[in-house]
Amino acid sequence: MTLAITNSSIFECETGNYHTFCPISCVSWLYQKIEDSFFLVIGTKTCGYFLQNAMGVMIFAEPRYAMAELEEGDISAQLNDYEELKRLCLQIKKDRKPGVIFWIGTCTTEIIKMDLEGIGPQLEADIQIPIIVARANGLDYAFTQGEDTVLAAMAHRCPNTIQCSKQSKYNTKRLIIFGSLPETVVKQLNHELQQQNIHVTGWLPCSRYSELPVIQSGDYVIGVNPFLSRTATTLMRRRKAKLISAPFPIGPDGTKAWIYKICNVFNITPKGLEQREKTIWNNLEQYLQLIQGKSVFFMGDNLLEISLARFLIRCGMIVYEIGIPYMDKRYQSAEIQLLTDTCKKMKVNMPKIVEKPDNYNQLDRIRDLQPDLVITGMAHANPLEARGINTKWSVEFTFAQIHGFTNAQDILELITKPLRRNTSIHNGDNIYIKS
Amino acid sequence: MKLAYWMYAGPAHIGTLRIASSFNNVHAIMHAPLGDDYFNVMRSMLERDRHFTPVTASIVDRHVLARGSQEKVINNIIKKDKEEKPDLVVLTPTCTSSILQEDLQNFVQRASIETTSDVILADVNHYRVNELQASDRTLAQIVAFYINKINNKQKSDLKKTVKPSVNIIGMLSLGFHHQHDLVDLKRMFNDLDIEINQVIPDNASIQDLYNLPKAWFNCIPYREAGLSTAQLLADKFNMPYVDIAPMGLSNIKTFVCRIQSILAMLGCHRNYEKYVELQTKYMSQAAWFSRSIDCQNLTDKTAIVFGDATHAAAMTKILVREMGVHVLWSGTYCINDRQWFTSEVENLCSKVLITDDHNIVGDMIANSEPNAIFGTQMERHIGKRLNIPCGVISSPVHIQNFPLSYKPFLGYEGTNQIADLIYNSFTLGMEDHLLDLFGGHDTIDAVTNTLSSDNLVTWSPEALQELTKIPGFVRGKVKRNTEKFAIAQGYHVISLEVMYEAKENVKT
Ligand code: SF4
Repeated sequence: MTLAITNSSIFECETGNYHTFCPISCVSWLYQKIEDSFFLVIGTKTCGYFLQNAMGVMIFAEPRYAMAELEEGDISAQLNDYEELKRLCLQIKKDRKPGVIFWIGTCTTEIIKMDLEGIGPQLEADIQIPIIVARANGLDYAFTQGEDTVLAAMAHRCPNTIQCSKQSKYNTKRLIIFGSLPETVVKQLNHELQQQNIHVTGWLPCSRYSELPVIQSGDYVIGVNPFLSRTATTLMRRRKAKLISAPFPIGPDGTKAWIYKICNVFNITPKGLEQREKTIWNNLEQYLQLIQGKSVFFMGDNLLEISLARFLIRCGMIVYEIGIPYMDKRYQSAEIQLLTDTCKKMKVNMPKIVEKPDNYNQLDRIRDLQPDLVITGMAHANPLEARGINTKWSVEFTFAQIHGFTNAQDILELITKPLRRNTSIHNGDNIYIKS
Repeated sequence: MKLAYWMYAGPAHIGTLRIASSFNNVHAIMHAPLGDDYFNVMRSMLERDRHFTPVTASIVDRHVLARGSQEKVINNIIKKDKEEKPDLVVLTPTCTSSILQEDLQNFVQRASIETTSDVILADVNHYRVNELQASDRTLAQIVAFYINKINNKQKSDLKKTVKPSVNIIGMLSLGFHHQHDLVDLKRMFNDLDIEINQVIPDNASIQDLYNLPKAWFNCIPYREAGLSTAQLLADKFNMPYVDIAPMGLSNIKTFVCRIQSILAMLGCHRNYEKYVELQTKYMSQAAWFSRSIDCQNLTDKTAIVFGDATHAAAMTKILVREMGVHVLWSGTYCINDRQWFTSEVENLCSKVLITDDHNIVGDMIANSEPNAIFGTQMERHIGKRLNIPCGVISSPVHIQNFPLSYKPFLGYEGTNQIADLIYNSFTLGMEDHLLDLFGGHDTIDAVTNTLSSDNLVTWSPEALQELTKIPGFVRGKVKRNTEKFAIAQGYHVISLEVMYEAKENVKT
């Protein structure tokens, strides 16, 4: 492969003692995305407590989610898992009438080896509602990887034959995009591709389970998010789809590269793409002035880090460290290549990529480096601010709209917020922050 | 298995972490999978803590499942000992460690050979106790650990303080208004001429625990955490304790009376009658308030109360005895304390509810249609849905229940706060009702109509639909900005494309 990837000196791996969200948190955005779904998290009070607090006010809006809280009898196998799950799912069916029920396996179901994949299909036949099993637990995965496990499980359910053979008028090649994004962003990206005469055949997931896209062998698939490696693997191995490896459409540079790659595969010469990127950069000028030359440190917790760092370097920032929970060098290869190229272009050193970081050591490095901005979880944000270090809460990047040309501005809104806040406080009486 | 959407009390380890992290220089190590350190987020967010929460995880992952976590746990304890030099490391089991059934006690022993800090294993089982019970246990466990270290000779050296003194036990991090309550408690003891010997666990050092027996008696303001510790100290050192929450005027009076008799028993005769009278008359506005015309209007208003045992019981008393409000029913989620709670409130309301199922609480509220609710954040949201005002009086709570300003629930200042809370909840409800009666609030239509700059541009159906997806509070702004942009560009119809274009160009 390329130089950057074989050159292992930029990759490091620490102890894995870092703070992140449990992957079951994906429930909070996926139940909103898939409108006819119901998510049943089979776990303990610990899982419930996390979701209840992490979801904040959403929890009061009658979410289509619930805990199947395991009691001592379930752990010691005095109760029959099948019967218990049947009782609960029948109640959900009665109360909520969902189109699909997702079972989210947790650490506890892993450890007691509850056979969810075995029970699922039986119960599905029994109660006549599709049941999809995803093991999104904290033993194996971090935060956004939860979505990956769910989408990988859904990939198996995509139909594989087209009912009425409606051929696309644009191209004969079929393109399915995977990754959960808000409907608005889906439309924006569809529109961007439409401009290039590329018709998107379907999205995994889409807003209703019943509308899952057909995936046939030989179809093209492309991801929108860097944490979807299992889904990509499943689509390639099980559905025999062809994966388009591209950087992710985050930032105008990423979006251009993403579209460019698709055009390439579809044998289309992109129209006006360069110009489009340029216009977006011009519109960002105001923000760029604020951040050029400033340094940033990613502690790492959601796997968006490489793409964001690449975009920020292109914006003129200096990235000291890219912490990341897990690094799939194959799935992210095009992104890493773009990062390498961007560093060359901007004449900066390639930042260190630290997999499974150790937060304690990172805080040490932050103390030494005194970066202008630390992108980190909420556990460290206030204590760092109290020590005079600007922070941006990393989770916001997973909930804000950051994909495509249209939303590049939103990323910089987030990034510059602490910096702008500080300027406005400084302009005041300078009562708190030391100069 | 149980279908659950929401819980009042968290898992056991949260209780242990709240105790450990309240102390000074005590570090908790959770034996837990990646992602279970959410406690740190809550501490840092809700309490806006400036310090790093002294909690780390010894992570349970696939390797640990295959090989056991012995080395890892021991190494993590030793590592933390070197890095932070804590006085005590509390190894905290979680639901995961409960089922792995490793001999954590053994790891603790092995690790403590090499550490300068003490190491203990929190004795809490995920499947047997909840957050509140665990906090009570852990506090007692830590106190016992150090009290037991006091040998007989030292024991005879441990003299009571010259002047009457008290330990305040059970002030914790993430406790409902605990920081404010502590200030008022201190003030009250100061007024009573009683010295504060120790406050635990809030900000206390481990060394302070050796001094606990020097106090004349103990004060347990909240039943949820501290009773076991008080019992322990009573058994070991014959220390009497007051387990009354001084919340509301009549509770404060009983509280002070009890203290007076404890002091008398210990040979110090004081008369606090005058003090109580003066405070009730002048410091607290609550007594006067309940005589005032405002409060007369509250007569026969109905309310329901739900929360932890301490707050729900005290609140019920205040509403019924001090404000003349008719409490339809009162309840708690502290199931383990049902007996005490029932005996406290059964004479004050017609029904007592003991449950930790918020659905039952919600249904009960809907059926009884009170004028106001006093409960937790959950009841506040139930109230929102039913259009009934709610005052939050107990955990579980949100960030707005960690106010920056001084808002105690205990003591005489607390009575003022509570009176405001009660009064505001009821008048809000009444104003709303009056508004409805006399023509109602502004209609929603009128508000959205005025958002458009003018009618020079029209919206395509798709774009309009897209607009409805934008969250309500920014929708108006987006609409106006897009229209302005469209007009400037000479577009007559706003299509999806124009919307995107506008977003890309308009600087917010
Ligand atoms: S890490 Fe495991 S036990 Fe903890 S919340 Fe996640 S799934 Fe539940």
